[in-house]
Amino acid sequence: MSQMIHRRNVIVRTEHGLHLSPCSRVAQAALKFRSQIWLTKGSVRADAKSVLDLMTLAAGPGAELTLEVTGDDAPEAVEAILHLFEYDLVSASS
Amino acid sequence: MLVKHGIAVSPGVAIGQSMVLGAESFRIPQRFVSVSAVDAEINRFRICLQAVCTEIEENERVARERLGNQYAAIFTAHLMMVQDHRIVDEIELLVRQKCFSPEFAVSRVFRQYAKKFQNLGVPYLAERATDIFDLEKRVLRQLLGERREELRNIQAPVLILAHNLTPSETASLDKAYVLGFATEVGGTTSHTAILAGALELPAVVGVGNFLSDVAGADTVIIDGSHGAVIIDPDAETLARYRAVEQEHRNFSNRLEAIRTLPSVTLDGVAISLYGNIEFPHEAASARQRGGEGIGLYRTEFLYLDASAEPTEEDHYRSYCEVLKAFPDRPVVIRTLDLGADKLPIGFRMEYPEGVNPALSLRSIRLSLQHLDLFRTQLRAIARAACHGDLRIMFPLISTLLELRQAKMILGDVLEDLEEQGITYRREIPVGMMMEVPSAAIMAEQFAREVDFFSIGTNDLIQYTLASDRGDPRIANLYRAGDPAIIRLIQIVVKAGQSRGIPVSVCGQMSSDPLFVPLLVGLGLRQLSVTPHLIPEIKELIRKLTISKAENLANRVLRMETANDVESFLRGEHRKLSPESPA
Repeated sequence: MSQMIHRRNVIVRTEHGLHLSPCSRVAQAALKFRSQIWLTKGSVRADAKSVLDLMTLAAGPGAELTLEVTGDDAPEAVEAILHLFEYDLVSASS
Repeated sequence: MLVKHGIAVSPGVAIGQSMVLGAESFRIPQRFVSVSAVDAEINRFRICLQAVCTEIEENERVARERLGNQYAAIFTAHLMMVQDHRIVDEIELLVRQKCFSPEFAVSRVFRQYAKKFQNLGVPYLAERATDIFDLEKRVLRQLLGERREELRNIQAPVLILAHNLTPSETASLDKAYVLGFATEVGGTTSHTAILAGALELPAVVGVGNFLSDVAGADTVIIDGSHGAVIIDPDAETLARYRAVEQEHRNFSNRLEAIRTLPSVTLDGVAISLYGNIEFPHEAASARQRGGEGIGLYRTEFLYLDASAEPTEEDHYRSYCEVLKAFPDRPVVIRTLDLGADKLPIGFRMEYPEGVNPALSLRSIRLSLQHLDLFRTQLRAIARAACHGDLRIMFPLISTLLELRQAKMILGDVLEDLEEQGITYRREIPVGMMMEVPSAAIMAEQFAREVDFFSIGTNDLIQYTLASDRGDPRIANLYRAGDPAIIRLIQIVVKAGQSRGIPVSVCGQMSSDPLFVPLLVGLGLRQLSVTPHLIPEIKELIRKLTISKAENLANRVLRMETANDVESFLRGEHRKLSPESPA
């Protein structure tokens, strides 16, 4: 059960893409969970708990990312990250 | 012992302990630790990291209170970066598995990330590399227990070694504690070099990378006459330089005796020696050394030091201070000679991408586009001129139209003062710098419209030979001895003579003993030089005859390369002053 991968697509909707401060908000959110959380863009895979890793995605506005979560609190983590991408980051940037 | 060569910009020898400033990277004292020390080292790293976090949190708090959340977010992100578990884990792994010292591991891991960011091809991310370097520095500073050493805190005499010194840093050097300095970058006529001359500190610039080869408190010799920096000298070298140092002192003492003697050639022709100054207080030093006036007062420091635009009163006070040292002698004030990037905040602007600042909006061009700045300065000059023989000199004039425009604005300013009933002087001599080749070529025409010329060799060389004076890689092109420069000087001198207006040279060339006989031979009767060199130049002049100098100039005018000219002049200089240490 704990090895099941929760996979979702997310779209970067912040005006300037995943810049430093959205990255740090994603990492802050991810760090609250025990699960492993990954975001992938094309061939680049980033640990969502690492702000530096997230930045190396170089995800611009409109970029499509794949969210992958494994761990015992994975459903909650997916929920939280999706919410962040859909609402919090968007409203913060506008 | 390690000998490094750079560009000699201020003569003399300084021997002492080094102080390394502003190195881009910290020195990592050791790269490895013993296996048994690994746990303790990791612990030390964690404690330091915690201290860095506290430091950043403090910045975050202050930023939030003073600037708002938007700015505090930068520090929040920094805090996330420095605590980033991927970085922390990687550093700890390197210490544990490879026995790297935490300093070495930190530097390596942070730099790897910085490089990654720089290579992503996204400008925004490439810029974040700077944030990473900043964090690296913070952590290393904690680990090494180093507080950034400040120039102001120097307590014992040292030699300053730095990547670069800004003009204001150079200006703030305390002569009681600083014996000399050497920098990795910079050229002969960078402001830093000019200031070194003003402060009379032996200095070498443009040494190239050498800071990584020297530790704080190493014994270092700076040979400002030959452009050498010797790190950790052997006993023999040290003894040799101590002797040179002593010789220099004797030479200076002898020059002291010449101070009150007139500056005339053996055959009785007067060659007036004036001082080039940056700060008002240097006027007194120029006078004390036998200067007959100020041939170039660079007013830029009024602008550089201030965070706001200097007021008319600031200008006025500075000019009056200079006139106090020379109440009855000529004092030539050069109007603002800055680039658009060095203006007071509020006027500062950026050059569009692809524009070369040296060929763009600077100096008189800037003054003519910022009439408010220009008028303020001209008003102050006109008012201060009541207290002495003040003269105005416009820099970087390229065309007649530009000169006429500048003169017209001066006319307006005088009219305003008249109308406002403010005391000012009506007849102020107006001259121009000859430093753009186009002006030198048209010198005949210009001579009808100004009261004097002053040849600024620094820019004249830069523009004639199309070589940036700050770039050590092309220092071989930037040469005062280039035949093209000597011909341009000849054109200007002849134009001045034909119209009966005085011509002087105020660039670095006139402060170089090598070129003095040549300049006299070309017909110059006024030289404006770095104040501390006045006695040395005077001693040289007192050994010359006009006919000899003219012969020398005629020979030089037949030469084809800067090398020929300079080696010939060196030979002649040795004959004239065999005892000179330069």
